Amino acid sequence: MAETQALSLPLGAAKPPARRSGWFKAYFGTPLNSMISLASMAAIFFLGKLAFGWLVVNAVFSGDAATCKASSGACWPFLAEKLRYMIFGFYPFEEQWRPLLALTLFLASCLISMMPRFWSRALLYAWLLVVLPILYVLMAGGAFGLSPVPTSSWGGLPLSFMLSFIGLVCALPLGIGLALARASSLPAIRVLAVGFIEIVRGVPLISILFMATVMLPLFMPEGVTIDKLLRAQVAIIIFAAAYIAEIVRGGLQDVPEGQFEAGQSLGLSYWQVMRKIVLPQALKKVIPPMVGLFIGFFQDTTLVTIVGLLDFLDTVRSALRDPEWQGIAVLEGYVFAAAVYFTFSALMGLYSRFLEQHFRVTHG
Amino acid sequence: MNILNDMRFRALCYQIGAIGLVAAAAWTMFATASDNLAKQNIATGFGFLARQAGFVISETAIAYQPTDSIARAILVGIVNTVKVSLLAAVLGTILGLFVGVARMSRNPLLARLALAYVEVLRNVPLLLYLFLWYSLIILVFPPVKQALNILPGVYLSNSGLVLPAVFVENGAVLLALFVCAGVAAAILIQRIGQQRRIATGKSNHGMAIAGLALLLPPLLLWLLGLVSFGWDIPQAGRFRLTGGLHVRPEFVALLFGLLLSVSASVAEIVRAGIQAIGPGQWEAAAALGLHRSRVMRLVVLPQALRLIIPPLTNTYLTVFKNSSLAIAIGYPDLVMVSNTVMNQTGQAIETIAIFMGVYLSLSIAISLAMNWYNARVALKVR
Repeated sequence: MAETQALSLPLGAAKPPARRSGWFKAYFGTPLNSMISLASMAAIFFLGKLAFGWLVVNAVFSGDAATCKASSGACWPFLAEKLRYMIFGFYPFEEQWRPLLALTLFLASCLISMMPRFWSRALLYAWLLVVLPILYVLMAGGAFGLSPVPTSSWGGLPLSFMLSFIGLVCALPLGIGLALARASSLPAIRVLAVGFIEIVRGVPLISILFMATVMLPLFMPEGVTIDKLLRAQVAIIIFAAAYIAEIVRGGLQDVPEGQFEAGQSLGLSYWQVMRKIVLPQALKKVIPPMVGLFIGFFQDTTLVTIVGLLDFLDTVRSALRDPEWQGIAVLEGYVFAAAVYFTFSALMGLYSRFLEQHFRVTHG
Repeated sequence: MNILNDMRFRALCYQIGAIGLVAAAAWTMFATASDNLAKQNIATGFGFLARQAGFVISETAIAYQPTDSIARAILVGIVNTVKVSLLAAVLGTILGLFVGVARMSRNPLLARLALAYVEVLRNVPLLLYLFLWYSLIILVFPPVKQALNILPGVYLSNSGLVLPAVFVENGAVLLALFVCAGVAAAILIQRIGQQRRIATGKSNHGMAIAGLALLLPPLLLWLLGLVSFGWDIPQAGRFRLTGGLHVRPEFVALLFGLLLSVSASVAEIVRAGIQAIGPGQWEAAAALGLHRSRVMRLVVLPQALRLIIPPLTNTYLTVFKNSSLAIAIGYPDLVMVSNTVMNQTGQAIETIAIFMGVYLSLSIAISLAMNWYNARVALKVR
């Protein structure tokens, strides 16, 4: 008691200097600060002028390749003409309402699933038993009077979403299994899991894609061929599983040992303890980093371009190479693709931050 | 007691089962693969490494001719991979430090600009940026025939930047020896200066003398005429430029793309690390009369470094792995050379095994080096 009193005795020079607030001080408080402000303003003005000039002032809003070639601005007619190709690739033109519907359904389902209040077992079953089958039938056809479309004709944005989303969904159980194996008390199982995880994390995704597209056919018995799209998908699943395993491992380490021991002392088996006690706590903690990981996968799916799949980046690039537009709309195409990737990635980033906040509030 | 209920026995069974399963799968794959390869008349084994490569590599940091062996070609690829990732890591870290500090600036305008920079880089795939930079270079600069002669001997065109190159005409070994000696002396002098400063509390000119020790020996050699340099001036021919140092657009696009992505990650890591240091440290140092920039350098950064190193290791590993995107724009890195070898020999399994092995071992080397550094800066608990 005496000590606290001694510490709180006023020393004469009582108050810290009051903080002067106000925007003026923030921007022009010191000479250096003013200079930084002015330089930043100049940079923003310059960039804004450049963007505005390119997008609006000098842009071509109607016309064809020739008008675009004559102008230094953005070429909107290119986007208008190639938009459907860039989004859907070589999917049969008359049937493109199907990927459009699938895309809409997918995004709407995602939007609903993103709200924590809808999280339940029913939602999971709805995805597995209703949404994914519908999406598959819409894309592949061959049922309900829809004409079959081979996977080699799939492309564009639906393909990019599919590769990353299916990749994550399939990699999740695999990654959880790997994380459990890595935390296992059985040395042989632990070594196998560590070996797999570290090898996959130590090599670039492109090498796993190469392995899946070039090497996998060699490992198949004669006469068995696997679809090219499926092979790339398998590569992405393997890649994703290793990274998910590391994130889940972090979550598992956060669950106190006592939880496991308490479960065992109640007579529950290893799997019961994991399924009912440890994993629910661990997985809840890893949801925000998992969303971050998904952003990465969504961007990484662009690598399938290198092994010859027509993802969104590839359809944009082949639209640019169209002889009629070659060398005219390069910037337009890439800026459009970048805007699409940016929008989805940034939205997911915002969502990840929202989740962090949500868990901090609701689960202490 | 029934042996089936014995925990240890069951554990043993699980493990044997798992290993057996993996071994069986591996064996089946191996058997099918050798069967398939035999049917397709593809050779197996690593004998192809000694064969003549026979293909041209556009960018070689070490001497290479198409008549050299495939092993040599792969080595060229490895050197190219290391070259571009090392440069990107170093330059990206420097840029990232600035952006990270700007991100925490008390000036809201600068902080927002830095935030926008980071977000634009992080939310768009790296591969897209590589394509964009590469096609911009091709689009903006004129073809070789109309290369811009910006300075005497410096040509800029869409096939790259050509600069006059300096090379050592004679006395190369002597120069290398003296440079090594200079570096050793500089490190020693800097150490002594630092120790003396810590002992006496007075600042001294250790750094300046160390700098002199670094520069003086080579300069002395040159003044004494023991080393002479030659210039390789590029010549503008009718169709192409010959001679000089050629910086290719593939390299520039890849380096630029990688270093920007590194800078965005580093900026975020630095910001997070510095913000994790409590305001008490700032206030305490300010109370001792230290200026803000010194507080940062002497108090906050050394502490933040401990938090920064582990995620920084990840960033470096990522840039090293991401350099494999080179194949998309045609920079001859390890993957691209391997791909050529694969197409030429058909020995996909061996080639992929080689480049995965190289990536894996270099990844482990980077991890070890960073862990060693981390152990050095870590809090010493005595």
